[in-house]
Amino acid sequence: MNFTLPELPYSYNALEPHLDALTMEIHHSRHHQTYVNGLNAALDGSAYTDWPLQRLLKEISALPQPLQQAVRNHGGGHANHSLFWQIMSPQGGGEPTGELAEAITQHFGSFAQFKQLFIQAALSRFGSGWAWLVKDKQGKLQVSSSANQDSPLMEGLTPILGLDVWEHAYYLQYQNKRPDYVAAFFNVINWPYVAELYQEKQ
Amino acid sequence: MAFELPALPYAKDALAPHISAETLEYHYGKHHNTYVVKLNGLIEGTPFAGKSLEDIVRTSEGGIFNNAAQVWNHTFYWHCLSPNGGGEPTGALADAINAKWGSFAAFKTAFNDKAVNNFGSSWTWLVKKADGSLDIVNTSNAATPLTDTSVTPVMTVDLWEHAYYIDYRNARPTYLDAFWALVNWKFASENFAK
Repeated sequence: MNFTLPELPYSYNALEPHLDALTMEIHHSRHHQTYVNGLNAALDGSAYTDWPLQRLLKEISALPQPLQQAVRNHGGGHANHSLFWQIMSPQGGGEPTGELAEAITQHFGSFAQFKQLFIQAALSRFGSGWAWLVKDKQGKLQVSSSANQDSPLMEGLTPILGLDVWEHAYYLQYQNKRPDYVAAFFNVINWPYVAELYQEKQ
Repeated sequence: MAFELPALPYAKDALAPHISAETLEYHYGKHHNTYVVKLNGLIEGTPFAGKSLEDIVRTSEGGIFNNAAQVWNHTFYWHCLSPNGGGEPTGALADAINAKWGSFAAFKTAFNDKAVNNFGSSWTWLVKKADGSLDIVNTSNAATPLTDTSVTPVMTVDLWEHAYYIDYRNARPTYLDAFWALVNWKFASENFAK
């Protein structure tokens, strides 16, 4: 399988003023493309070219040692960014409804408490990484963070919301002010899509 | 006594066009300063207060380590750059580079390769080992060879995206080209002589 860069579900300027068009363009067309290219190059000629991306990450420990780091970095980068574009929307923001809202209240006490935990995860991740809302195999929700491009799929967890806190995700617009970027992200979260991911069977 | 942000050894616009004044405004004025401020806040009232920065880096972990090491790493990095830098080293450092890599060009290729493949926020270092020979090592986030008593840091390049994103976006190799035009070989030679 040759992985390709997925198209954005909206235009580069669609998330303004929260995320600027130049950041979105470079982030998607250069950073994400580089992960796709790196993954294809690493898998080229291996016995794993027909494995889907999710399987490569979920079963990463079954891969030969030299492939593991490339799949972790580039496969993780491809999966994480592919999710990231989908969980944002120009019509985003607000709060989830329905079963996801109930689950968030059940696991975290309230949406406000979840938001506080998620922001804390995003701000306390030192260096490049991601903040996550994940569900485990029982459907239980957790907030976590990971370093670099490590995917929760490698831990047997399913990410349903992810925030890229690599500096490339916000530096042109927010420079060193990661808290402002994290606050802006909450204005573009595509909660109906996150709810779909929550309801999908494993 | 609280730590203070050390003075830059040159003006903020002195490294242009290779590294812009705007980058230094943020990198030195915001990032480096934030590490200093956070470190002071974290060590206040702890046994670390009053210790030297090097002692703290070598004996701490978690948030105190991250901030202390980043204070040290950045100060070291500023001194590795100079408006009068670039070119090639001379003397004992040049000899050691030739002994290890065969030529300065081959060393530069090896260092660039290591730096380009250092994934995520990180640093690439030229270090002197206990036997006097040189090596190139990668560290992640705040990690620093200062904690390895068997090596002496000789020079470094900051590979956190904040070091090059304003000037070069995702193009880390182009930033490395700029870095080579600024390397303060006099400072690196002094470190090598230690």
